[in-house]
Amino acid sequence: MLAVAIHRRHVVTAILSYTGLGVAFASLWTAQAVTPRQVTPLLTVDGYALFYMGLILAASMAFVLLAYGYFENSGGHRDELYILMLVATLGSLVLVASSHLVSLFLGLELLSVSLYGMISYLHTRPLPLEAGLKYLVLAAASAAFLLFGMALVYFVTGAMDFAGIAAGLPAAGTDEHWLLWPGMALIVTGFGFKLALVPFHLWTPDVYEGAPAPVTAFVATVSKGAMFAALLRFFYASGAHAYGPVFVVFDVIAIASMFAGNILALMQTNVKRILAYSSIAHLGYLLVAFQAAGVLGAQAVTFYLVAYFVTIMGAFGVVTVLSHDGHEADSLEDYRGLFWRRPALGAIFTGMLLSLAGIPLTAGFIGKFYVVAAGASSALWALIVILAVSSAIGLYYYLRVLVVMYDRPAEAVAQPALVPAGGVALGVLAVLLVWLGVFPGPLLAAIRQVAAGLG
Amino acid sequence: MILLWLILLPFAAGVAAWIAGRRSPMAARWIALVTMVAGFLITVWLWSANRQSGFRIWFDDLNWSWLPAWGIHFHLAMDGLSVLLLALLFFLGLVSVLVSWTEIQYQVGFFHLNLLWIVAGIAGVFLAVDLFLFYFAWELMLIPMYFLIAIWGHENRRYAAVKFFIFTQLSGLLMLIAILSLYFAHHTATGVYTFEYGELLGTPLAPATEMWIMLGFFTAFAVKLPVVPLHTWLPDAHTEAPTAGSVILAGLLLKTGAYGMIRFVVPLFPDAAHRFAPVAMWLGVVGILYGAFLAFSQNDLKRLVACTSVSHLGFVLLGIFAWNSLALEGAVVTMIAHGISTGALFVIVGALQERIHTRDMGQMGGLWAAVPRLSGAALFFALASLGLPGLGDFVGEFLVLLGTYAVSVPMAAWGTIGVLAATFYALRMVQGAFFGPDTRGWRIADLAPREGFTMAVMIGVLLWLGLYPRPVLEMFRPSMTNVQTYASRRLP
Repeated sequence: MLAVAIHRRHVVTAILSYTGLGVAFASLWTAQAVTPRQVTPLLTVDGYALFYMGLILAASMAFVLLAYGYFENSGGHRDELYILMLVATLGSLVLVASSHLVSLFLGLELLSVSLYGMISYLHTRPLPLEAGLKYLVLAAASAAFLLFGMALVYFVTGAMDFAGIAAGLPAAGTDEHWLLWPGMALIVTGFGFKLALVPFHLWTPDVYEGAPAPVTAFVATVSKGAMFAALLRFFYASGAHAYGPVFVVFDVIAIASMFAGNILALMQTNVKRILAYSSIAHLGYLLVAFQAAGVLGAQAVTFYLVAYFVTIMGAFGVVTVLSHDGHEADSLEDYRGLFWRRPALGAIFTGMLLSLAGIPLTAGFIGKFYVVAAGASSALWALIVILAVSSAIGLYYYLRVLVVMYDRPAEAVAQPALVPAGGVALGVLAVLLVWLGVFPGPLLAAIRQVAAGLG
Repeated sequence: MILLWLILLPFAAGVAAWIAGRRSPMAARWIALVTMVAGFLITVWLWSANRQSGFRIWFDDLNWSWLPAWGIHFHLAMDGLSVLLLALLFFLGLVSVLVSWTEIQYQVGFFHLNLLWIVAGIAGVFLAVDLFLFYFAWELMLIPMYFLIAIWGHENRRYAAVKFFIFTQLSGLLMLIAILSLYFAHHTATGVYTFEYGELLGTPLAPATEMWIMLGFFTAFAVKLPVVPLHTWLPDAHTEAPTAGSVILAGLLLKTGAYGMIRFVVPLFPDAAHRFAPVAMWLGVVGILYGAFLAFSQNDLKRLVACTSVSHLGFVLLGIFAWNSLALEGAVVTMIAHGISTGALFVIVGALQERIHTRDMGQMGGLWAAVPRLSGAALFFALASLGLPGLGDFVGEFLVLLGTYAVSVPMAAWGTIGVLAATFYALRMVQGAFFGPDTRGWRIADLAPREGFTMAVMIGVLLWLGLYPRPVLEMFRPSMTNVQTYASRRLP
């Protein structure tokens, strides 16, 4: 931040942000020695928090690499983006470590407000501005809902930290504290908006389409991932997960998200919108693992999130790298014959799409397997059959993009050179994708340790 | 380690072919050719090395710990059934490389990558003894096949490829749910988490649970086999695929469905399979008759051949669920003979399409005078397809009907009518395309030496199978006995 105040230079800002994130990432290992630790009543830094912090920091580092190439030629001031991103990352880190409703809200707002700026960063263009405005209005409203819900829960349970809420939940069957239900509903609404779950998903396609591609990647990964980690911790630790109708509500939301996400994507021809709807469906799959709870539930969610991060970063990374000179590479036409024009990019995008579809050799397959296993171990038969059916529906639009990519190009066109930073990020992500798909062993062991505390 | 080579060799060769293909298409073709020959030789060597023991016990080659916390191992093993099917795999792989020698001109390297990766995937399916690895390989077969159809196929290729993919993937996901249910049921019963085939055999299951899980597996294999009414992807996929793709599809991919039924559906769930057998057998009979009816009504030559697969594999389904030695042997022999005869028919149709650029039988007729060798081969394989004694298909169908007769006379009767129905479509095919007066004045080249060689070898194999099937029968008889033993472990 200070460096920007002194002298604006895009490269320096980018390098500084990247280094900062890298140092933070490295410090996670030293932090591990002293965890778990309660940092003020608001934050609990344990293995779970550290793992997710690592994930978020890695995603942010990928963002810096991708955003550098994208914004290099976008004109105007570029350095504030990194400041906004760092604040958003900070917010996410607070979110995953929060064990108190206040820190949850604090992290959420830090994240959201920064995102308002990031989404509409290219304010001279109409689409980002519209997307940012939409996101602002809806995020602010949902944050207000969340706050109201928190207030109601506080009123009923007398506590705002998760453990305290668990203790304060009225015994099932008593009718005296009926305010808990609207409180829970409002909290679910607040979470549902951020996670783009049906029926709170209406902002997703427009914002994904309008925001600059690397920012979309950030929203899709860091923002959703941090929120889901917070969701998991809140609902498991406070015991609200299996409390009365909350479980059924999440069942319905999961089913609706899986179907709506996949079916609505069928008609799309804009790659970013396709990926937006597919994210909605993937959050539906994640909810199935969330519903499974138990030993496997938290593990499945964590692994799926890792796979999801890698895949979505990679997919939007390809979109970013292909966008240049003010032309966002989001229509299907930009991808026609991509595999023949640029084999490496085509292969990477193919891998990402196949991972989203859950084909073996990719991390997405192991993730999907984990989710189905978690569902089967908790006997959620209806949910996993619906998962299978909606996955098959989803295949249709993934294949459509694949078909376009492998279409024979009309004539050879000179391809502009790619920025190396973005290429490096994509290469690493592609390797990770296949590595996690074939040798997930070490990651699985780490996740087992991490998720041991929950569920 | 040798079994691993059967998978790794095509996999690595595929990558090599892609890289080499960017410089020289011929290099890619030769790499693919050499790999298929190598695979075939390895398989034949394994066959002859184990001729004495007849694979009475599994050739348990490779068992690496993959994800031990979940009980997943990279476990490859071979028995009589798999060695036969692997021999068929590399043989038909060789045929498909030879067939694509001139047909495929676009992106030859990538084509051979996909072809070789399909072969690697199918080899994985036939060799996997760990259910997770089996599912992994099962899904892996799909993607290169999808690309093969979608990029190098004919006019309606996109629709056919997507349909094929979605059908197979959905049924595969249902099988995944079934695998996981079995996994957790096994854990509930024994406290052990494992995906091992050997250990999952004999898992105690409640009757209703067993039926559901079996149906999950059955659906996946039924789409692949295919069983009417899940067969609708087949005519499109086979017709729109390039010739090599059709050969692999008909010759091998369909057999993975049958293999799955023999290896997994019945042994793992004997009671449920026993209760379900009448339904499955009637579905088989329906498939035989309906497939023949479909084939007879086609005007597109390739689609006709594709529909005959539905009919032939109805016999396989019938034989598997009759579940006695004769019927099982018949099913396996039919699988192999069908792979070769239908593969050869696809080669012929492909050769014809390369020459006259149409598959419409209405535009053919009187080809015999112009291309006698091609027509002669077509007649031979049409006769094989209809079950002429002395050729492989007859041996298979006869054994199936013999075995079915012991279980149910009506089904055997209807099945025999199916053999008659086969005559209709086979002779119609030959009549429509090759016989009749040469009204169009065909000026096309007859079989080139490469094509002629392929045909001659396949004719030879079918004759050998039809006249002296004993080596083949002896090879897989012990594994059939084993499989029957597994299945009878829990029968009262």
